[in-house]
Amino acid sequence: MTSAAPALDVRHLRYVYPDGTPGLRDVSLRVEQGERVALIGPNGAGKSTFLLNLNGILRAESGSVHVLGEELTDASVRSIRAKIGLQFSNPDDQLFSPTVFDDVAYGPLHMGFDRNEVLRRSREALAAVGMAEFEARVPHRMSLGQKKRVAIATVLSMGSPILLLDEPTASLDPMSRRGLIELLATLPLTIVVATHDLAMVADLLPRTVVLDGGQIIDDRPSVDVLNDARLLLDHQLEPLSAPGHPHA
Amino acid sequence: MSALVGFGDRYVDRVGAIHRADARVKLPAALLYIFAISLTPEGAWTTLALMLIPILGITASARFGPMFMLRRSILALPFVAAALPLVFTRPGEVIAVVPGLGWNVSHEGAIAVATIMAKSWLSVLVAVLLTATTPVADLLRTLRFLRLPRLLVATVFFTYRYFFVIGDEAQRLMRARDSRSAAHPSMRAGGTVGWRASVLGHMVGSLFTRSLDRSERVYAAMQARGYSGELRFLTTPAVRRSDAIVAGLLVAYGFAVELAGRVA
Repeated sequence: MTSAAPALDVRHLRYVYPDGTPGLRDVSLRVEQGERVALIGPNGAGKSTFLLNLNGILRAESGSVHVLGEELTDASVRSIRAKIGLQFSNPDDQLFSPTVFDDVAYGPLHMGFDRNEVLRRSREALAAVGMAEFEARVPHRMSLGQKKRVAIATVLSMGSPILLLDEPTASLDPMSRRGLIELLATLPLTIVVATHDLAMVADLLPRTVVLDGGQIIDDRPSVDVLNDARLLLDHQLEPLSAPGHPHA
Repeated sequence: MSALVGFGDRYVDRVGAIHRADARVKLPAALLYIFAISLTPEGAWTTLALMLIPILGITASARFGPMFMLRRSILALPFVAAALPLVFTRPGEVIAVVPGLGWNVSHEGAIAVATIMAKSWLSVLVAVLLTATTPVADLLRTLRFLRLPRLLVATVFFTYRYFFVIGDEAQRLMRARDSRSAAHPSMRAGGTVGWRASVLGHMVGSLFTRSLDRSERVYAAMQARGYSGELRFLTTPAVRRSDAIVAGLLVAYGFAVELAGRVA
């Protein structure tokens, strides 16, 4: 692994669901270290499937995934997962421990760090998402915005240089959403975000990849993609300045 | 994508006489036929063979392959194991001895177990045919039609409806855990068995509380739409006479074979 290796290098990835439905058809994508990329596309386009292929939860039929120069294989999957933090769209899926602290400590504990290091990493991660005082709280009694922050902390505590987020702003109230976007902007990581929130894309993610039908349709600077009303409408997305849109 | 994708719906969508037949006829006919099978005396192989014939005929007319039927009926195998001790406990002519343990295998016991296995397998085949040719919704409506308590039918319905939802939820929990189950090349990963077990325990607990929360949301949503304890359906047309006649003949055949087997 060299510092010049791309964060993600995906080549000709093909994935078929267990029932035979094609999920990804020949997807190739290169993301450099430190890049922030949006993955947009309609429901069922294959965005989540793509993210799950990157950390080996789903395994492709053919094609390859390299993470910071290391190829994803059966042998390397655990070490790849130390490099990639994946945040799921529903934080309830991610938070399964009795307290917030236990959940944030899960990743470091699993990696085998000693007690002091686990404490240090977990506290730092909670502080980074502004949830330090929630350590002892029970996850299922918190608001969605709080749960999303804790879910991000559970990934940050692993110290992964790459962060994948699946619909991070979905169903958040405007203030929680704004806070989350500001939080993500402060993280010095490679970030890939699957989302329908094009306003967030405009604010946070300079590059946009359009996925539809399991294929990459477009890959350009976000400014260009967001201004291409034709492209967005063709793929069930709503341009920010569309006629009749409240933001127009 | 569902975790239970290979475990999905039992119904196989085809066009055919058996698929078209009314569930209100098929379900009682299947139950009565299974009851007839259960009457077969021990060692009455001819009777069992005769009982198999209509099953094979219906299988062929629905165009299900032998592998399909075998795969689905294999599900019954573990339950049949409960009958195995009979081989040793039934008194009779000793035909073999288990080496080392000294247990006697009796001839009568072996015949009893073989009969139980054959009867169970035939019964399961009938059930497989019923569930593969009848949509679940039709089966549930039939249970209500047969005056089964509505609470029982509703429970079966919700179990079926949310089995997959909760299975998917469990799958997402496990994916989230696995995504964070990383390893550094230089360190021993995974923690202790006890710690991993406690994590799993918390996951199961979390799944349970979430299912409970969900059930309350579902119930509130149902009440909001006027649910009063009965799932309502559009009224269905009367049972076709041809369906009823075919089913009646099938059941009559089953009981006739059983009766003939006893008399002969």
